[in-house]
Amino acid sequence: MSKLRRVRTCISLPTDSRIFTVRVLAALISALSLLPVRAATAGEIPAGERKSGYEFMSVETRTMQDDDAVNPGMLWVLEGKALWSRTVGEANKSCASCHTGASTTMKGVAARYPAFDKRLGRPIDLEQRINLCRTEQQKATPLPFEGREMLALAAFIGQQSRGMPIAVTDDERSKSFIEAGRTIFERRQGQLNLSCAQCHDDNWRGKLAGAPITQGHATGYPLYRLEWQAIGSLQRRLRNCLVGMRAEPYAIGAPEYVNLELFLMWRARGMPVETPAVRP
Amino acid sequence: MPRTLINVPARAKRGEVIEIKTLISHDMETGFRADNAGKTVPRDIISLFVASYNGVEIFRAELHPAIAANPFLSFTTVATESGRIDFTWTGDNGFAANETAQITVE
Amino acid sequence: MKKGNPGRTRRDFLDSATRLIGAAGLVLAAGASVTHATTQSMLAAIKGVVGDAAVHKGKVKLEVPPLVENGNSVTTTVSVESPMTAEDYVKAIHVFNEKNPQPNIIGVRLGPHAGRAMFSTRIRLADSQKIIAIAEMSDGSFWSDETDVVVTMAACVEVL
Repeated sequence: MSKLRRVRTCISLPTDSRIFTVRVLAALISALSLLPVRAATAGEIPAGERKSGYEFMSVETRTMQDDDAVNPGMLWVLEGKALWSRTVGEANKSCASCHTGASTTMKGVAARYPAFDKRLGRPIDLEQRINLCRTEQQKATPLPFEGREMLALAAFIGQQSRGMPIAVTDDERSKSFIEAGRTIFERRQGQLNLSCAQCHDDNWRGKLAGAPITQGHATGYPLYRLEWQAIGSLQRRLRNCLVGMRAEPYAIGAPEYVNLELFLMWRARGMPVETPAVRP
Repeated sequence: MPRTLINVPARAKRGEVIEIKTLISHDMETGFRADNAGKTVPRDIISLFVASYNGVEIFRAELHPAIAANPFLSFTTVATESGRIDFTWTGDNGFAANETAQITVE
Repeated sequence: MKKGNPGRTRRDFLDSATRLIGAAGLVLAAGASVTHATTQSMLAAIKGVVGDAAVHKGKVKLEVPPLVENGNSVTTTVSVESPMTAEDYVKAIHVFNEKNPQPNIIGVRLGPHAGRAMFSTRIRLADSQKIIAIAEMSDGSFWSDETDVVVTMAACVEVL
């Protein structure tokens, strides 16, 4: 049984220093807000050392992902393709009615989600975007998250970005949400008092109960997880982790998940999309 | 309607040994699992897969609960003549699914 | 994580298996310190297929990864050396396991039209254990291969 070799200390702004006056503090904070999202801090994986979970898998599991004839996630992609052209709702529209051919119109879309939604004033993930289209354009009922249809559509749309670099940006509007996601990632939580970063930034060369600890990059969602014997979303995986850490998971669809997803996708920026990935 | 994914080469040379890959969506409930209330979830699996080539059986597999969910099966056959390859899956609770692929043999 | 059964080598196992299959009864070889309920049922399942015939080691190649990341889905390929002609072909291939609740995994029927005696699938393994593949030839002979598999699982198991 491997032990965590290093304990990560929490990184924080120097707000606890007693020599700062309130005015200097205010000036510092406003100055900091103009900076882009913090560059690699101690413990964060340097860009050149980032590895997808794919590289931690056995040859057999990698083959399962690489061969479309063998990848069980493709069953959902196929279903998503059929759903794309199915008319639904009071508007009697299909996705294709507005977006025509997914292989052109959806190319690169999943690679930049979660994306900032101007109207809502916050980022939303792909599943939430699908439901906005469902309710507002198709005038249909929203699809349940983690339901078969939602996962099929997300897998189909995700696959249109396969091979493309993840393109989530830290623009002015998204910055604070990425930071909020990073805070969750670095915060110790739950009965084990463990943070995501302690495993996935600091101990990814190690093992936990015989299983390799990966860097935790969200490059292939929705993905077929052998543990689930089905395809599932990033949100499902995050809930898994939280429960595994003996922390209280957020409610399904909570903004905390979207912030965390946004941070994870930003953290994996430039890495190729692998949807539908296969993972143990 | 279960989703299937069949991979058969569209064309082959006469006498060539071709590989066929098949996938079907199915939970393959083993019958050994207990639900959250502690009650055993009854078995519900695909138990038989048969492939026929122009009506002649070329492959048969009897599946047990130890076959993983979303069963994958690949096997080979000699390409003899153009025609159709038919696939049928049957299982518990009257489960039945079938698919067809066309092949051109020159 | 659990590892495979210590204390018995492959040779020990096959010796006792072939002795067993040749014998009338199902008493596990004396002196075996490792008796697992399903090892006996596996041997019974094998006997159900081969009867009293001898099972020779060889011709069969059972490919399973020696270290499995998740027992829910293990890629397994069995291939058998055979010309696959009308006079000499593989009739059937059966795969058995030692520690799942049931000993049978899959039974495949082939014929000369297969071209090659081979199939691939994904199986479930409940624990680290032995897997054995037995091929039945057109001349009535039986050939086998076996392998030990170490099964690991996710560090954090999902609780829904």
